[in-house]
Amino acid sequence: MFLTFPIMVIRVNTIENIIEWRWINMLLVGVGSFLLSLVWRYLLKRKEYGLQKAEESDETQVPFIERFRQQKKLYIPILAIAGAFIIVFPFIFSLYQTNIMISALIYVMLGLGLNIVVGLAGLLDLGYVAFYAVGAYAYALLNLHFNVNFWFALPIGGALGALFGILLGFPVLRLRGDYLAIVTLGFGEIIRLILENWNDFSFGPSGISNIPRPGLFGMDLSFHNSTILVYYIMIALCIFTIFVVNRLQDSRIGRAWIALREDEVACQAMGIDKARTKLTAFALGATWAGMGGVMLAAKTTFVNPASFTIWESIIILCIVVLGGMGSVLGVIVGALVLILLPEYLRAFSEYRMLIFGVLLVVMMVFRPGGIISDVRKIYKFEAAGVENSNE
Amino acid sequence: MSNTDHHTILEVIELGMSFGGLRALDNVDLDVGEKEIVALIGPNGAGKTTFFNCITGLYNPTDGVITISPKDGKREKVNGLKPNIVTKKGLSRTFQNIRLFPNMTVLENVMIGRHCRTSSGIAGAIFKGSRTRKEEKIIVESSYSILEKIGLENFVNEFAKNLPYGEQRRLEIARALATEPFLLLLDEPAAGMNPQETLELDDLIRKIRDEENISILLIEHDMKLVMSLSDRIFVVDYGKKIAQGTPEEIRNNPAVIKAYLGEDIDA
Repeated sequence: MFLTFPIMVIRVNTIENIIEWRWINMLLVGVGSFLLSLVWRYLLKRKEYGLQKAEESDETQVPFIERFRQQKKLYIPILAIAGAFIIVFPFIFSLYQTNIMISALIYVMLGLGLNIVVGLAGLLDLGYVAFYAVGAYAYALLNLHFNVNFWFALPIGGALGALFGILLGFPVLRLRGDYLAIVTLGFGEIIRLILENWNDFSFGPSGISNIPRPGLFGMDLSFHNSTILVYYIMIALCIFTIFVVNRLQDSRIGRAWIALREDEVACQAMGIDKARTKLTAFALGATWAGMGGVMLAAKTTFVNPASFTIWESIIILCIVVLGGMGSVLGVIVGALVLILLPEYLRAFSEYRMLIFGVLLVVMMVFRPGGIISDVRKIYKFEAAGVENSNE
Repeated sequence: MSNTDHHTILEVIELGMSFGGLRALDNVDLDVGEKEIVALIGPNGAGKTTFFNCITGLYNPTDGVITISPKDGKREKVNGLKPNIVTKKGLSRTFQNIRLFPNMTVLENVMIGRHCRTSSGIAGAIFKGSRTRKEEKIIVESSYSILEKIGLENFVNEFAKNLPYGEQRRLEIARALATEPFLLLLDEPAAGMNPQETLELDDLIRKIRDEENISILLIEHDMKLVMSLSDRIFVVDYGKKIAQGTPEEIRNNPAVIKAYLGEDIDA
């Protein structure tokens, strides 16, 4: 209350050279913080109470989403409705909305990619945006010099992303935690600075413009139609990403990643090649960023280094952390929330960062596992030991 | 020595390990025979865990030679190899301070142990062909049967961190067994267990030796367990080997008694 005193209460009126004392504001701040702390305490109490209850009742609490998933009757129609909604979306809503949706979907893809590195393998990567930049510039430059079209650039962007992932992976194999974060942070900045300063190569801060949008069998598409096409490509890519990440997560490699996250020494002592596992995590994570970059270049038809600042990395990281580390559905929800909310709440754009910060703090206190936390696959066994795994 | 008729599977000669000026291990010799239970004992800080870490590749020993010769394999030197390679060659260990994967289920913990005996890669994971599916099925089944052997089948889908302490220790053994070792290295398996659990552990270790044909090298402070289990005992103190022999010989060895109690008294 007293900390806010200089800002909220005193106002110097420079025109009339007087100081205004706005005592009413002080009162409001006092009442406000009182109410807030009441709510805070109440929520904390409830959380503790919930924990106690969970301990008392012996059965493991099935998360809401999982319970929902198990009810096939409800789950399938809702999935179908969501699917239909996604398909007709660009025809119902304006171009502006479609564009917002496209960028949200790009972030879904980036989030899922980073989820492999951070959520599964537990390697804190703060330079993820570098791979995003690699993808975007790959398309821009290949198109400029060799006239490579979008469909070829997409896999090339992914492959280049993976290559850079491995390049980054090699020097940081021995690092962990904070040290890894700092090196990756540096790597991200290096890529950005190269793009900004190597004028002959990347055209510096002015960027590359007039990148063609994706075409479809040589058809001449209007601006409107090609945006819709980008939207559908993005949807397809997202579904592809979700599919692949899901498969990876439940595989031998996915398990190795999680083991690496849980305990590096034990993981190695159990016969897992640490170096290889880390490199595959970096490479596979960066692949999605590379493809996302190509999509970004195709969507905006323009790339410049300003799109690839450290801030982007942080947002993607927030998506993963907020959504729930290691959880595919969580990351999707996280991306949609973090990207769409600021767009639709433009009215509050001044307070965006404030809300962001508050949201993160509140999340960490009340749901440290993210919005939708990771659920491990359950294997079911008959008494005789014959398994039948359910997904 | 009692292992003259046995085939030696692990032989450590003049092992030395220095951390800067600190000589943690100095000229330690040790050998483990086939189907033998060997204990490594010594006061706290004697270098027992360092010895384990050297053998399993976590440390690279400063001097000495570690050779393995599995029954149906060739003699090989293993010093300086990475831990995962050593594990693949058939030495598997547990840790003194439990190192499970806490946020994975019990079954998954054991499945990780199967990692080095399986091979499906990225492409296999994505396309999930028949080979991958078959391998996955085998991994799950064999992991489950290991859990049954150890007696943890009721906890299959429980998170490892939610297990009682004693069960966590057993899960570590299960995980180590999943790598199909010929020698199991147990670092204080009975630490923190109550007498009942220790008794069960005694049975379990014997069962592993008899049924799986695995030799065991264990570090332990629980003398009752050590004396009843081991065929031979090696004693280290301040990084040096001070005695070796059968439990009976060790029990009456003046050097050992001195190392543990600091003076000569009848044990």
